[in-house]
Amino acid sequence: MTSDASPVVEIRGVGKEFGEAGDRLIALQDIDLTILAGEFVSLIGPSGCGKSTLLRLIGDLTSPTSGTVTVNGRSARQARLGREYGMVFQAPVLMDWRTVQKNVELPLEVMGYDRAQRQARSKAMLELVELGDFGQTHPWQLSGGMQQRVAIARALAFDPKLLLMDEPFGALDEMTRERMNLELMRIWRQTGTTIIFVTHSIPEAVFLSTRVVVMSARPGQISRIVDIDLPQPRTVETREQERYFEHVTTVREALRRHEGGDGRPDDSEILQIRAEGLA
Amino acid sequence: MAIPAAPTLALSNAGRASPTALSRRARILAILGLFIGLLVVWEGAKWLGGDPWRLHGVVLGVPIDYEHFPPLKWRITTDLALPHVWEIAGAFVQPAQRNGPLLIQVLLGNAVFTFGEALVGFAIGATLGLILGIAFTQSRTAERAFVPYVVASQTVPIVAIAPLVVIFLPVGWLAVAIIAAYLTFFPVTMGALRGLRSADPRAVELMRSYAVSPRQILWKLRLPSALPYLFASLRIAASASVVGAIIGELPSGIPYGLGSSILNFKQYYVSGPSKLWATIIVAAMLGLVFVGLVRAVEALVTRGRYRRIET
Repeated sequence: MTSDASPVVEIRGVGKEFGEAGDRLIALQDIDLTILAGEFVSLIGPSGCGKSTLLRLIGDLTSPTSGTVTVNGRSARQARLGREYGMVFQAPVLMDWRTVQKNVELPLEVMGYDRAQRQARSKAMLELVELGDFGQTHPWQLSGGMQQRVAIARALAFDPKLLLMDEPFGALDEMTRERMNLELMRIWRQTGTTIIFVTHSIPEAVFLSTRVVVMSARPGQISRIVDIDLPQPRTVETREQERYFEHVTTVREALRRHEGGDGRPDDSEILQIRAEGLA
Repeated sequence: MAIPAAPTLALSNAGRASPTALSRRARILAILGLFIGLLVVWEGAKWLGGDPWRLHGVVLGVPIDYEHFPPLKWRITTDLALPHVWEIAGAFVQPAQRNGPLLIQVLLGNAVFTFGEALVGFAIGATLGLILGIAFTQSRTAERAFVPYVVASQTVPIVAIAPLVVIFLPVGWLAVAIIAAYLTFFPVTMGALRGLRSADPRAVELMRSYAVSPRQILWKLRLPSALPYLFASLRIAASASVVGAIIGELPSGIPYGLGSSILNFKQYYVSGPSKLWATIIVAAMLGLVFVGLVRAVEALVTRGRYRRIET
């Protein structure tokens, strides 16, 4: 997957601050990261490390306080206006009043695809997520896992160059989640889309990714990038390989090393926790 | 993956269908029960504190002579204030005026006339309300500037405004429709505002990631999200438009409509109190029919598309 080595996302010296002067929260500081075409990169870290903020910066849902985000040689804003992003959130965010098929067709509709194209595309995408028989049902008639697969089909419908996923399986039970991970691997292989994936789960990050970006909080920084050299395709057996467990340990230790030195929270940490609670 | 999910689907469908069938029967029973209960309370009050009455005649060959003297005497339960229910029911099938058509014919004709005015007023008011709602969601400044006036407009008594509108507008029924619209636009504005705001902010972000125009967000996301709220407010507006039309008719001098019936029968109340009560019943029925029509349209538009929300 790394043979095509052109950079898709280039993040240079990015910082992000929230709030007014005097009550300022540094969400991200000195972020440098390059993501290549066809990669599957996970962002992992404790709450408040800014991993979701980083994803939103790439997708131009918020803008950096300093530094630049470049996507395929353009600014993130131009990339958004050029419709290069597919987005999947933790909640499926489907529209109740539309059938599953019409939900998948929503981006195609607003982007001006004609009817025949929309139908062909939505049919193909629903088959890709194995929901071919559910096109005419409504989202509220589906289970949580199925709804999230509809959201993935919708995100891929217009063939975006980049798929941004913000804890997409965070609300699912463990078994459904593992099944969805396998599904996502298959979809990634079939479409060749570059995927950036935010997660809380170490096993999930290791299983899915070509690289895991480990972040630390206060301020949000990249503490380590772990290359996951597990063989492709990833299957059920991948989770039983010794190499897999070694990577899980590596990521876990990288996370632990940055969990506040002596274990005693200082004032700034308490302040931070409060700020998060408010947000 | 599709196999384990299929039973969930079947279950949720079954779960949606059966309570509906059950609740419909329960609702009809509840409505009937309440109606009978109302009649019992009405006649029970007259039995206790109304005017004395006497039943005299021959029923099935058996001569009957019965006199009832209520133990108490209340002013509100006299035959003048509160006629017997059978007197009111009987009034419908008697001529409204000597040698004229039956009261029910007169009232139904007037109800149709009032309904026409209410419908035009409803259409004007609902359109205005929707436009205001959309305008307010597009601009915070517009909302802050105008909403106090919208609220203030509803605190002014409609009976004070109605004569002014009737004087300004030479066309009688149109003036009445405008008064109905005045009562209609407010709930629709508020319902539209609330509904348009109800759109999921994450869905708005999703639309932004597609780089769509604000107008597309309005059409594809905000308006469909607003529909359940909008219809709830349209039901309120429908009954308000009937009230508005009747109040508008009172100073208009139009010889048709339920408003004219009310004026007319109020004037001759002493000689026939049942006729005014019959008019009140027809006005209430008209409101129910109008609300029912809005409900039917809502069912047509939203059927199967929205999660069932009981309102």
